[in-house]
Amino acid sequence: MQTIFVFIAGLVFGFGLIISGMSNPAKVIHFLDIAGSWDPSLAFVMLGAIPVAFVGFRLIEKQGQTVYKEPLHLPGTQRVNRSLVVGGFVFGVGWAIAGFCPGPALVALGAGYGKALVFVVAMIAGILIHDHPFKRAMAPA
Amino acid sequence: MGITVDWANFTPWLSLFGGVLIGLASVMLMAYKGRIAGISGVVGGLLQFSNAPKGHFSWRVAFVLGLLLSSALYGLIWEVPTSVIDAGYPLLIVAGLLVGFGTRMGSGCTSGHAVCGVGRLSPRSIVATLSFMFSGFVTAYLVFHVFGG
Repeated sequence: MQTIFVFIAGLVFGFGLIISGMSNPAKVIHFLDIAGSWDPSLAFVMLGAIPVAFVGFRLIEKQGQTVYKEPLHLPGTQRVNRSLVVGGFVFGVGWAIAGFCPGPALVALGAGYGKALVFVVAMIAGILIHDHPFKRAMAPA
Repeated sequence: MGITVDWANFTPWLSLFGGVLIGLASVMLMAYKGRIAGISGVVGGLLQFSNAPKGHFSWRVAFVLGLLLSSALYGLIWEVPTSVIDAGYPLLIVAGLLVGFGTRMGSGCTSGHAVCGVGRLSPRSIVATLSFMFSGFVTAYLVFHVFGG
């Protein structure tokens, strides 16, 4: 049952991406391209999502556990560091070039867009390049 | 620089409603599985083949399946809007590599940082969100107005 709820969460997340316009790269690019014919719609996605997340996470964190009484996996309070800022910056460049971020790319892949498949394969390659050789080379001996 | 708003494609209510659903889905994943709905993190976890603890894959697979099937199931009831992908294959590959690498280096993307993290008022997520929004706006300007994409 728990796995079904997780699946439904993914489904609802996907519906949100579809309805909001996030899964349409042209709309994303018209949002990021302020100097073009600017479509500010996607600012409203954050306006809708963040208050819901704010209230929901507060309620759950107050409970301190899931509905199945399992621990919450919350990110630790790490400091702001260079890789956070540089990584975010690199991600933003890619986001603006194609108009895809990870969630919408998966939705468009599921919808059968060949171009989304190319993007997702490259994205997986990017993840592997970061997570495997690079990380190992950077790790202290 | 004057700003011209594209009123013809302006969809504040649909985008707001879609955002609410994204927020609800994130809250749901935390309530039922205790996990942050960060897509780059979920996908990155699926690619972690060694030292994966018990129960590492099942919820990630279920969540990603939900995303992958969302368009098809949505289409059973409503009309799915078209995704217009103008970038050519070389740019899609470059963009995909940057998105994959950058989200892992920066520990998150639009979902994990801009929705969940900002919703939790995490300073790290607020900084990461400002970083990718800034580079997104600058890159769009460079690509579409300076290099004339």
